[in-house]
Amino acid sequence: MDVITELTQAILSGVAIGCIYALVAVGFVLIYKATEIINFAQGEMMMLGAFIAFTCSSYLNMPYWASLLTTTVVMGLFGMMLERAVLRPLIGEPVFSVVMLTVGLGIFMRSVVSMIPGWGTQTYGFKTPFTDKFLRHGELVISWDQLAVILLTALLILVLFAFFRYAKMGVAMRAASRNQLAAVYMGISLNRVFSLTWIISAAVGGFAGVLLSPITFVYMNMGFIGLKALPAAVLGGMRSIPGAIVGGLIIGLTESLSGLYLTSGWKDVSPYIILILVLVIRPEGLFGIQAKKKV
Amino acid sequence: MALLQAERMSVAFGGVQALVDVSFDVHEGEVFSIIGPNGAGKTTIFNCISRFYNLDRGVIRVKGKDISRVSPHAMAEMGVARTFQNIELFKKMTVIDNLMLGRHRSKRSNLVSEALFIGSVKRAEIRSREKAEEVIDFLDLQAYRTQQVKNLPYGIQKTVELGRALAMDPEVLLLDEPSSGLNMEETEDLAFWLTDIKEALGITIVMVEHNIKLVQDITDRVLALNFGAVITLGAAQDVLGDPEVIRAYLGEESDFASS
Amino acid sequence: MRFVMKRSYREDIQLFKYRSTFFWYLALIAGLVAMPAISDEYILSQLGFICVYAVGAVGLMLLTGYTGQISLGHAAFLAIGAYTSAILTAKGVPFVFALFAAGIVAAAAGIVVGLPALRLSGLYLAIATMGFGFIIEEILARWESLTGGHRGFYVDPASIGPIVFDTEARFYYLALTVLILTVLVARNVMRSPTGRALIAVRDSEVAAQAMGISLAWYKTIAFALSSFFAGLAGSLYAHKITFINPESFTRLVSIEFLAIIVIGGLGSLHGAVYGTAFIIFLPQLIGFTKGYLPEHLSDHPGLEPAVYGLMIVLFILFEPMGLYGRWLKVKYYFEMFPLYKKDTFRREKKYQKVERQ
Repeated sequence: MDVITELTQAILSGVAIGCIYALVAVGFVLIYKATEIINFAQGEMMMLGAFIAFTCSSYLNMPYWASLLTTTVVMGLFGMMLERAVLRPLIGEPVFSVVMLTVGLGIFMRSVVSMIPGWGTQTYGFKTPFTDKFLRHGELVISWDQLAVILLTALLILVLFAFFRYAKMGVAMRAASRNQLAAVYMGISLNRVFSLTWIISAAVGGFAGVLLSPITFVYMNMGFIGLKALPAAVLGGMRSIPGAIVGGLIIGLTESLSGLYLTSGWKDVSPYIILILVLVIRPEGLFGIQAKKKV
Repeated sequence: MALLQAERMSVAFGGVQALVDVSFDVHEGEVFSIIGPNGAGKTTIFNCISRFYNLDRGVIRVKGKDISRVSPHAMAEMGVARTFQNIELFKKMTVIDNLMLGRHRSKRSNLVSEALFIGSVKRAEIRSREKAEEVIDFLDLQAYRTQQVKNLPYGIQKTVELGRALAMDPEVLLLDEPSSGLNMEETEDLAFWLTDIKEALGITIVMVEHNIKLVQDITDRVLALNFGAVITLGAAQDVLGDPEVIRAYLGEESDFASS
Repeated sequence: MRFVMKRSYREDIQLFKYRSTFFWYLALIAGLVAMPAISDEYILSQLGFICVYAVGAVGLMLLTGYTGQISLGHAAFLAIGAYTSAILTAKGVPFVFALFAAGIVAAAAGIVVGLPALRLSGLYLAIATMGFGFIIEEILARWESLTGGHRGFYVDPASIGPIVFDTEARFYYLALTVLILTVLVARNVMRSPTGRALIAVRDSEVAAQAMGISLAWYKTIAFALSSFFAGLAGSLYAHKITFINPESFTRLVSIEFLAIIVIGGLGSLHGAVYGTAFIIFLPQLIGFTKGYLPEHLSDHPGLEPAVYGLMIVLFILFEPMGLYGRWLKVKYYFEMFPLYKKDTFRREKKYQKVERQ
């Protein structure tokens, strides 16, 4: 394989995995913007989504698209339940406490999944209509799974974008993330905003999980991959969906390219090195803003 | 001798010109007030002196020294202490601990000596404690000594913040709206304390104030500001009677005229 | 209710508020010293682990609990301390010196990590420290000539002069001594100007600067101090389990330390120790309940982490002040009896962003 082909291949798979990171990062950013909480369990949401989709398609024999839809809906409900039960009581508590809570939640979710019969600690393959189909252009081989990831991600991002731009609830959510008190005065129910934030985040996480399944297969530690989306979100400045996407793509590409050009082991740490370099130069992230306390 | 000199201070945030060519100087031992409507740039002046903002143009001199390159935490060493508009106390600490933090300037110990808590550290702690107690006596804060600041009433919190600034043994005291939120009685206490600080302790006071009566009672000279620019600067009587100043605060008569 | 009449400032800055407290602590120490006489090997081993982890936890408490800087990479400093000590003792350096060196080298690493982190806060700082943790872990794994990489490194047991600490009892005394000294040093630092400055950095950066506290300097000190203790803990750990590899110091260990200080109670040294004891003994507690669980659940390897995660969630939901907070409430209840009010410790909820920063 010549250099150009190798490079293109790496870029494509970098973009594909970058899309996954971007989706998980979007989940992080949504919750952070609305509630200033970092949901360390977002990776586990992704994992749960993957398992649900797997159950749908392998145990319940549902077709791929139905599994995808069901997963998204189920995860949305899960997010709503989670918010109601565990996060709403903590409104007003210091951010650090809530963050630790999500850490504990992630650990709990991971372990419980490992104990459920039929899931457990094994790795499961996942077949989609795109599996084992390839696009060939000369020496270039692109798997349809990867393409599907990129296309479906783009689709979801468009849906989210439209929602936040045009839907009443979407605009309300954006308002609330800027100034909670003012939002309340405008008649926006903060409870509903928080619920919706978690519903969307969980659903997006689950969606990402389904997309990831054919590429990395379904297993209980999938959440660790999601954790790499955190540097992506921070890189993007934790402020906007476009920022999260750019961050995700950068991380994905960095990983892929360092896997190609550097010795193994660098692949896993290179995203963090890039992140630290960026933060040293721009402490607020690429698109973030310096938030200085006004005295 | 002018303790504090500001020459043509100019600062802009985004498109907003917060300060335009503001010049004034503060003489040693005087009480200097800065007045003006909200948004005039008064707190911005303080934040520039405290070095939280950088000036776009102009120079500030403290005791003759240009402070353009001084970092915020070095201003304490230059003898400048301040209070904040929204109270920046260390909420989770007690009153006495807040005051002891005001004594940070006099810290001479290093980490190793503190880890072993040797005699000199102990003695320094006791000395700091004595100084802090002097401030407590001065401001009648004995009853609140060991209480956490976040549990105290607003007026007392403001007093503690004043005390913390005093504990720093400053030469210049910058007070940002010291009387806001205080009732008549508390404001009278404040006036009494400020006069005492000026006369007994010899500290120069610069204050941003809205309470014109307080300004009238204790101030020597006044700077009036509007939209980031100086309206006038001079003796308290003159400035407070100046028609421009009155117009800035109260508006034109025609603003209130009905058809 | 008890009132303390203080007659001098010296009395006010004493370590112990009441005379009786001093005697209680003496009794506690006596009890701890007597432990080996009444415990079996296994319990002693666990107690040894508690002492070692507690030293690391005190470090993290100083950084996160007192100075408010969140670090997700604490395990990396333990790793540095462990490997430093292992390598030095393998070369014949006496243990005491290696222990101290482990602390110093880890502190140096802490300063290196702290420097770029000076301009970061909250979440960004947490992620950056997590990144550092990964990078250091990777470096230790790759630098095979120095650390043996994934093959691991065999460590001699600690020895001071003719005494070799190769039994659980002896190691326990060593670790206990280091822990007591650590707590004393931490306590001294916290009641002196530097300690106050650290808390000031946490509570209001703006006001701290106005007081003459250099944020950069004190944040660096916090990182250095915290890493120093982590290095000590790492060294002790290495000499206890006598075989280390990079897997012993993963991100999960960093999270474990965070869980310790949260469950123990942020902002208290007691909390660091209580939290450690709780986390280390948690598997035992789980073991007791195993008898009541259905067969396939009780033997599952996922049970422990599940309970562990659940504990973190429950503590934050119901006891945010941690174990130390609960102890304070109980003590206060008895002191104020019968005038105790349930809402004495009620947390004030902060709904506005401005108040939370």
